[in-house]
Amino acid sequence: MIGNPNSGKSSLFNQLTGLNQKVGNFPGVTVDRKTGVAQLTAHHRAEIVDLPGTYSLYPKSLDEKVITDLLYDRASSEYPDFVVVTADASNLKRNLLLFTQLADLQLPMVLALNMMDTAEQHGVQIDVAELQRQLGVPVIPMNARKGVGVTALKIVMAQELGAPGQTFYEPTDELLPMIRQIRYYFNLHNDYLALHYAHQYERLKFLSADDKAYIHELRQQYGFDSVALQAQETIDRYARISELLLDVVRVTRAEKNESYSNKIDRVLTHKVWGYLIFLSILFLLFQAIFAWAELPMDLIDQGVAWLGGQVKSLGKGPLIDLLSDGIIAGLGGVLMFIPQIALLFAFIAVLEESGYMARVTFMMDKIMRKFGLNGKSVVPLISGMACAVPAIMSARTIENWKDRIITIFVVPLMSCSARIPVYTVLVALVVPERTVLGIFNLQGVALMGLYLLGFVSAVLSAWALKTLLRAKERSFFIMEFPVYRWPRWKNVGLTIVEKVKAFVFQAGKIIVAISVLLWVLASYGPGDSLVQAEQQARTEAAQQQFTPEQTENLIAAHKLESSYAGVFGRSIEPVVRPLGFDWKVSIALLTSFAAREVFVGTISTIYSVGQDADMSTVQEKLRAEKDEFGQPFFTTARAASLLVFYVFAMQCVSTLATTYRETKGWTWPLLQLGYMSGLAYVMSLLVYQLLK
Amino acid sequence: MPTLSVASATTSRSVKDLRLGETGTICCLKDPEMALKLLEMGCIPGTQVTLSGRAPLGCPITLHVDGEYTLSLRVSEAATIMLKD
Repeated sequence: MIGNPNSGKSSLFNQLTGLNQKVGNFPGVTVDRKTGVAQLTAHHRAEIVDLPGTYSLYPKSLDEKVITDLLYDRASSEYPDFVVVTADASNLKRNLLLFTQLADLQLPMVLALNMMDTAEQHGVQIDVAELQRQLGVPVIPMNARKGVGVTALKIVMAQELGAPGQTFYEPTDELLPMIRQIRYYFNLHNDYLALHYAHQYERLKFLSADDKAYIHELRQQYGFDSVALQAQETIDRYARISELLLDVVRVTRAEKNESYSNKIDRVLTHKVWGYLIFLSILFLLFQAIFAWAELPMDLIDQGVAWLGGQVKSLGKGPLIDLLSDGIIAGLGGVLMFIPQIALLFAFIAVLEESGYMARVTFMMDKIMRKFGLNGKSVVPLISGMACAVPAIMSARTIENWKDRIITIFVVPLMSCSARIPVYTVLVALVVPERTVLGIFNLQGVALMGLYLLGFVSAVLSAWALKTLLRAKERSFFIMEFPVYRWPRWKNVGLTIVEKVKAFVFQAGKIIVAISVLLWVLASYGPGDSLVQAEQQARTEAAQQQFTPEQTENLIAAHKLESSYAGVFGRSIEPVVRPLGFDWKVSIALLTSFAAREVFVGTISTIYSVGQDADMSTVQEKLRAEKDEFGQPFFTTARAASLLVFYVFAMQCVSTLATTYRETKGWTWPLLQLGYMSGLAYVMSLLVYQLLK
Repeated sequence: MPTLSVASATTSRSVKDLRLGETGTICCLKDPEMALKLLEMGCIPGTQVTLSGRAPLGCPITLHVDGEYTLSLRVSEAATIMLKD
């Protein structure tokens, strides 16, 4: 299935396949490959591949290059039996450009003439029978959003489809000798395909180096000017399409819908109202991921805890522990994010579907461009304040490779909700609860300062990265400005399902694996050190006449201390000492690598407060902690240093796993980890040494 | 390629210079690489375009192309679309 962006391709794909969809990726590239199975008739099923939206067969972006690899290599297992071309009937001229190119490749095809209702509202009358005659392929008038015409399309798809009988563009005579040489050399079935080999040989992956050298030489020999020829081809095709449409399209009245959209735009992209409305929508979105997701997240948390408890009650032993504390806890870490991901993508899908997202990009582009970002980076950055995982996934809407990478790279610097528990504990520890300037709570001001610090560092890092990165492709802003439409709930629902599935199955694997690894590190130690630690704790507890609960807490603290995590925490102590941290804090830093909120739990264990202690108990414990000179350990300098560390450090396996999934490689997650950890270290060092 | 050549001395206005609501006819495209994208989007020499909107900060802008649909582009990109006098 192939068509222009905004031609209703996704709606049609959803109508044909429903929930039978799978997202993978095209071999070797970072582009999602959406496939689905459609039941055409009782006896026919078809596997449908949804190709990225494109305006022509000459690719301008990474996504579009997938199409040429798939359509130009007949030997490929992906090569289609036939193509369904979608076209927006209200915008037929531009949509037919791609159609005529595909037709000239002589692919068997059917044209799904979508959005017939919009065309009618615009006063555009289309003579479908005449269009079918002119194009030489079946034309199905449709309204995919409402499901009109889907049955007819299915019936046609189940037939033996043929290639169109005619061509729409003839290469000039001077080019023919060269085209013929390529055609016979590669044994191609038509001239137009050979012409595309000449234009695009450099990026066709299935050609060998010799093949490429051969085409390169031919191009030199014939003085082949690719850019000029492509331009001329497009102009010629438009001329042919305009001529063809003379007998097909009749415009009866001036369009109304467009001005309707324009009227809405006068408010929604207004100098003042535009930004105010956008801010309110962001506020709502932030509220949704922050507050509305809380209840389902708590339920999932409790459910997972219950499941872990059930497993534990089955008996004792390392296997039970692995299952309950390692695997189920890790799984909980994955499932926890589902409400936030679902809510964020519900919002984004509605904004995209309605056409509002294009307006956001339009309003923000100039500001964001200064920092190497793009108008479309706004939503990922703001969502990052709730959670970087869905935020990074939402950067998918940025087509430009460089802008998207920069956005993904800096999103985790925005202070996410997992940092809140850490911030609350530490801010309350060192910032007095006092009112300044009559209305501001000093602790609140400090908290806001931390958020600002995250935001400023994200923007500055983007700017730095902009100057470092070389763009692989040229950045265009030339894009269609869609008319406003009501979103389709089916599309919104399917988007949510797709995103949640992608996260659970692809990022989830890595998260569970690392959680298990961290569990092993925290529950096993070298030799019999854990047994000794337990005995020592029991003796100590007996001497001090601890209650059973206090004893358990002390045992947990001693055990963690002598586990591999504890050993590792002690061994990195010299490294973090200049930041003002001791081995206890290092252990917390280490375990927070899985997720930042683990900090509070680890601190509770290590200072033997007990896992279920509330915030104030933890704070009291921390306040009572003494250094080797008997002075309070958590001085302003130490707490500030630790806070700054949590602002910058990349301590989230889920985020790394998501970056890995979205960039389809380890380069970017590792760079992100290195950069953020380095930044955290340097900033903490500065803060501690200056405040000490 | 006559349609792509640099604007002749008689045409000095580009889409960038259109006033809000004003319509012009495309004469030629200055930047060959950008031209490919613009041509695909229907900005063919001879096509009428209307400046239909401007972002609050002056850039990007929206163009109504050939009475069919709306295109948004940056001012720097609009400056490469030359208009007939």
